[in-house]
Amino acid sequence: MLAPPSAAPGPPAIEEKPITINRSVTRADRIFRFALAASGTIVLIILAAVVVFLTKHGWRAMTEGGYHFITDPSWSPDSGRFGAMSLLVGSIAIAVVGVLIAGPVSLAAALMINEYAPVGLRSFLTGAVDMLATVPSIVYGFWGLILVSNLQAPPAKWLVDHFGFVPFIRTPTPGVFVQSIFACGLLCAATLVPLITSVSREVMAQTPRDACEAALGLGGTRWGMVTDVIFPFSRDGILGAFLLGFGRGLGETMIVVLVLSKANKMVWGIMGPNGLGSIAKQITEDFPTATPIDQSALIFLGLVLFVTTLLVNIAARQIVVRGGRS
Amino acid sequence: MTTFADPSLPPSAPSPPPGVPSADRPNRRPGVSSTKLVEMVGSAVAALALVWIVFTVSGISAPLGMAFAWFAVFFTIYGILCWRLHGILIAKDRMADVGIWGGALVALGTLAAVITYVILKGFIAVFTDFPHFLVADMTHLGATASITQLGVGAAIVGTIEQVGLATIITVPLGVMTATYLVNTDNVYSRLVSAVVDAMTGAPAIIAGLFVYILWVAPHHETGKSGLAAAMALAVMMLPIVTRAAQEVVAIVPGSLREAALALGAPEWKVLLRVVLPTARAGLMTAVILGIARIAGETAPVLFNAGGLEAYNWNPFSGQQDNLPLRIYENIFQPGRVIQQSAWGASLVLVILVLLLFMLARFLGKGGAGRRSFVPWSRSGTSTAVEDV
Repeated sequence: MLAPPSAAPGPPAIEEKPITINRSVTRADRIFRFALAASGTIVLIILAAVVVFLTKHGWRAMTEGGYHFITDPSWSPDSGRFGAMSLLVGSIAIAVVGVLIAGPVSLAAALMINEYAPVGLRSFLTGAVDMLATVPSIVYGFWGLILVSNLQAPPAKWLVDHFGFVPFIRTPTPGVFVQSIFACGLLCAATLVPLITSVSREVMAQTPRDACEAALGLGGTRWGMVTDVIFPFSRDGILGAFLLGFGRGLGETMIVVLVLSKANKMVWGIMGPNGLGSIAKQITEDFPTATPIDQSALIFLGLVLFVTTLLVNIAARQIVVRGGRS
Repeated sequence: MTTFADPSLPPSAPSPPPGVPSADRPNRRPGVSSTKLVEMVGSAVAALALVWIVFTVSGISAPLGMAFAWFAVFFTIYGILCWRLHGILIAKDRMADVGIWGGALVALGTLAAVITYVILKGFIAVFTDFPHFLVADMTHLGATASITQLGVGAAIVGTIEQVGLATIITVPLGVMTATYLVNTDNVYSRLVSAVVDAMTGAPAIIAGLFVYILWVAPHHETGKSGLAAAMALAVMMLPIVTRAAQEVVAIVPGSLREAALALGAPEWKVLLRVVLPTARAGLMTAVILGIARIAGETAPVLFNAGGLEAYNWNPFSGQQDNLPLRIYENIFQPGRVIQQSAWGASLVLVILVLLLFMLARFLGKGGAGRRSFVPWSRSGTSTAVEDV
């Protein structure tokens, strides 16, 4: 900024006006600004179009099904029964199991990258965790279908045999323990780890460094620093990261399609097959061959899933942003 | 114990008996000492011996259960040992060390396991008759086909064309939106930003469903084409590219932009000649990562690409194949050879996305948000990214 030449010598000028720079906004600039705003609008248009089109095509089922969508446990739209309860509960259960498994692993990985690993190793670790996100989910599903489910089945059977009295572990439909909600959640966790790690890592890295140093300087252990400085500071952000993972887990499609058995029964157990269903799986498998009313019902389910994940994501982002600011 | 002895304290202070930290003495951070290693290895061996004896005596054969039991017993023994020797604070710290290393190793182990398994399973299909699997198509698909008759050439073509189209659609839009979000701060731009965030986590199947309703269904099944698949992929990719580009554009130093503006350059020229060239390496990274992310998406193309077994070079008319879709189609078909081809397709897909990922990391040297240093970039760009 150039000071006004008259103000330089003598006492300060009485009138201190900021210099107004008259950058004439050219026509090209106006078009440019408009183009930028327009491209930003396209995302909104896509969002609106998704909601409008799904609502339009799901309207028929929505009016016919009404509140039975939530309360009815059996799903067969062709015969007029729109019971999405087991699908809703199943989708949520998979996401919850996924977050419960991925959460601690992600926190460990995030702390490792931020605090524990030798500096030379950090970049490699970051890359490896990000690489987990790059592996396509159909490959996870295929891998899990054959390898993990088989490894997971004997412990699951053992758990059900010996701890069947615990809620959720008890399974009313015995059989092979491969195609279960738990197996799906376990595999989904692999796709959630990179997401939760990167978000919580960034939040934890915002902890004021001098507070960490102070904790160490007072003779605290490294773990003491983590629990007493980093965790309190980034609590909200970590919560937001978990919530983001939950949102991602809700919409997980290919893993669930490949692994989960298709029974859609309302049972309160996650270890056994032939239990809860999943919205994404139901849409993926039934949609291509569905009758019009069935299609409409599936589209309505898609709308429910979309709006739910959208709201969860927005809430999570808000928490992360706010958590980082405090 | 070495971890507690503090030579700077006055000699008059009585030396506490080992293992009992006195309250007025500061605990020093434990360094890596040989005692620590001895304690850890000792606990591990003790746990292994204990678990082995229990499993042998009881006659249970469960390698996975044994591994879990070993870790649990090791964790307990090590914790108790450290607690008795060094006090509760150090014990907690040591146990946290073990837990954090364990968690990180689980993440790394998953990655290693999935990649190794896919390589082992897909190796036969891809390398039996080497380039053949990459060029042939799936027209001979059937129960009697041999692995040397099958190939993913058509699927590779489809994936490249569809992802390419999606990239062409999304990159200009994404970069412009990112610039808009960086330059503007009002209610509207915050709304756009929130929607971009929310769409990043939208379920993939919804993108497929949306494009099916919008495009494929009105065209009565002839709408299934590479273009439809590309549109669905673009819906997925746009928020990813926008968010990543936003991070890159935001760290272009404000002084560069202001200098150009002060010299009288119009805004569009500042973007094209200053901001984008400065952010070039980061933008490349963002775009390639976006490509790697969506190249493996199955759900968006499921209803829209069609999954034709034969070659179709034209993405604008007729059905096309796609790598993830091909895996999905072949998984559910009976027959060892078809399963083998599905593993082969998985291997090709994994190699493809990992190559893209490594290219992105090489260009960005650390990916979004990490220290970015690009050797051949102009001066000023390399210092732009600081560790978050």
